[in-house]
Amino acid sequence: MATTAIDKTAADQPTAQPVTQRRTRRAIRWREVWGKLITTVVGAILLFIFLVPLIYMISTSLKTMGQMTEAGAPWYPAVPADYTTPDGKTYPVYEVPTENGTEDLALVKKGRKASEFVDPNNPEAGNIAWEGSWRALDRPWEWSPTWQNYADAWTQINFPRLFLNTLAIALFGIVGTLLSGILVAYGFSRFRFPGSELLFTLLIATIFLPAAVTVVPTYTFFLAIGWVGTWLPLIVPHYFANAYNVFLLRQYFMTIPREIDEAASIDGANPLRILINIIVPMSTPVIIAVALFHMVFAWNDFFAPLIYLTSKPDLQPIAVGLARFNGIYGSKPPLIQASALMASLLPIFLFFISQRVFMQGVVVTGVEK
Amino acid sequence: MATTAPLTSSKPAPRTGGGRRSGPLARREALWGLLFISPWILGFFIFTLLPTLATLGFSMTNLTLENVSNSRFIGLENYQRMLMDDQMWSSLRVTLVFGLISLPVSIFLPLLLALLMNSRHLVGTNFFRTGFYFPYIIPFVAAIFIWSAMLNPETGWINQALRAIGVANPPNWLQDTTWVYPALVIVGIWGVGNAFLINLAALQGVPTELYDAAKIDGAGPFSTFWNVTFPMVSPVIFYNLILTVVGLFQYFTVPLVLNQGTGAPGGATMFFNLYLYKNFFTYQNMAYGATLAWFLFLVILVVTMGLFWSQRFWVFYAGGDRK
Repeated sequence: MATTAIDKTAADQPTAQPVTQRRTRRAIRWREVWGKLITTVVGAILLFIFLVPLIYMISTSLKTMGQMTEAGAPWYPAVPADYTTPDGKTYPVYEVPTENGTEDLALVKKGRKASEFVDPNNPEAGNIAWEGSWRALDRPWEWSPTWQNYADAWTQINFPRLFLNTLAIALFGIVGTLLSGILVAYGFSRFRFPGSELLFTLLIATIFLPAAVTVVPTYTFFLAIGWVGTWLPLIVPHYFANAYNVFLLRQYFMTIPREIDEAASIDGANPLRILINIIVPMSTPVIIAVALFHMVFAWNDFFAPLIYLTSKPDLQPIAVGLARFNGIYGSKPPLIQASALMASLLPIFLFFISQRVFMQGVVVTGVEK
Repeated sequence: MATTAPLTSSKPAPRTGGGRRSGPLARREALWGLLFISPWILGFFIFTLLPTLATLGFSMTNLTLENVSNSRFIGLENYQRMLMDDQMWSSLRVTLVFGLISLPVSIFLPLLLALLMNSRHLVGTNFFRTGFYFPYIIPFVAAIFIWSAMLNPETGWINQALRAIGVANPPNWLQDTTWVYPALVIVGIWGVGNAFLINLAALQGVPTELYDAAKIDGAGPFSTFWNVTFPMVSPVIFYNLILTVVGLFQYFTVPLVLNQGTGAPGGATMFFNLYLYKNFFTYQNMAYGATLAWFLFLVILVVTMGLFWSQRFWVFYAGGDRK
């Protein structure tokens, strides 16, 4: 296709020099187009494969249990087709081989060797006799989403309870992680004190410390002060800053020119005032990013709530509730998928309204060290 | 973008005015600084240092939940027992086998995706970037249920697709003692989002002059990748490598959610960290659990130190400061 187009133009041209130039230019343009097309199609196929499980989740969450166990059922939510006569009788529809090819006919009179069918599109034509066993026939499937799974999961998992628990734990945690993270990051980004480099290295090194090394004494400590079985072990530790957030906030604070806070300092503002009036207002994007990270963390947190709230199902967050639900209803995939989707909705929503800030935050922790 | 300096460099921005200062002003500054970081110092003592030391102490006693009052110091006996413990070695082997399968995927898949996204041929980069990142947001317990259902040998779409293209006996994935490892890699595949974004940002930060120079020198695509792209993004690959390795040694929540930590099928998912937590919370043997925890800590420490040391051979810091 490309070559014929070029040949035609070539034939129209009297001199050789411009022809080759135009030829190469066209060839380059075609290569460009093909490159774009192939790359984008490859990308789209990969993305599709990557996201197929989401389609699976949505589709399964709308299926009936009957469809799950039926061989030959379609991938989309569907039920076997029925035909309801004008006078209110319902007959199952089958795929019946006839001399006109396979037709979808409603079975009105069952017989061992021969049965009578009626054509749902032309019921006036009367019964059609058919030789053969109706049991060997397949039924056609009809698109039919079952919303009941969501209602069932909502009540059986006690979704509102789990959702509010997670939200409360997340919000109290966000307050703590922001307060402590901002203070500590400000300390590390703006002040000279003995051992500041060593302490910062120590802070970063805590990333490599396996949680297993601290879990039992910490658990024992919380047990001794009566906090096991409450939300406090899931909230209070976040009021003491963590490495990732401090790092992210500090990176951002360091991009704010010192001249600004030095000017305020000359005007008599103390460091706390400078932090509140200058640094914090100028750092809204990173503060939002840290808050969102904590939100996602709280929605994911599984092991800590599992050990601290084992005996208190009413206080558990969604990740633990979901796992418990799976233990009970593991044999009912539509319910599980419906609950998984409900659990994902808030994080997905938050991500899509703030994706730029969110993804920028990820990049800063990873790249700008 | 100031891309490349290693994990622990922490120099505060240079002060205007310069010079070493001392006296009341410097002391006041130091006091303010310490005051601001005091929440972390306090937290570090309460939630990190003291528990870590306490765990070390536990590991040298015979403390279990039943004999709290009679527990006594027994030296390194637990460590001796650990070295003889077949279950420990088997769980360590499980962790290493899974790690070896999972690590290349965790490092190269995000890099390849980022290279694709960074291609000037790709139309709609932002759309793709969001698309590949966003499953990362889905709560991991939900993601486990989605992927394990996808991997169901009968009803899952993966085996249905395999049968459709003519694979007569597709694997039993999570129920098979061999296939369970690739299956767990698949279950975790949505987790590549972070590493992917970081790789992409690093790729976008490579100065175009370097590519122009490589072109003038007649470098082909592979030569350009090995001599320009890879060195320029190697600090970010290193960062992902460190975090992935530290994470892999502690891998246990997925098998815990999938089969309540029984190690099914046939002990193939009894990871080291899972065995450790079982000692803590199921057998309530605090002393032995603490021993395993400290052993894990030491293993991670040695491996990460090895990786930091290996940087000199393959990680390139454009700024030149490698410390």
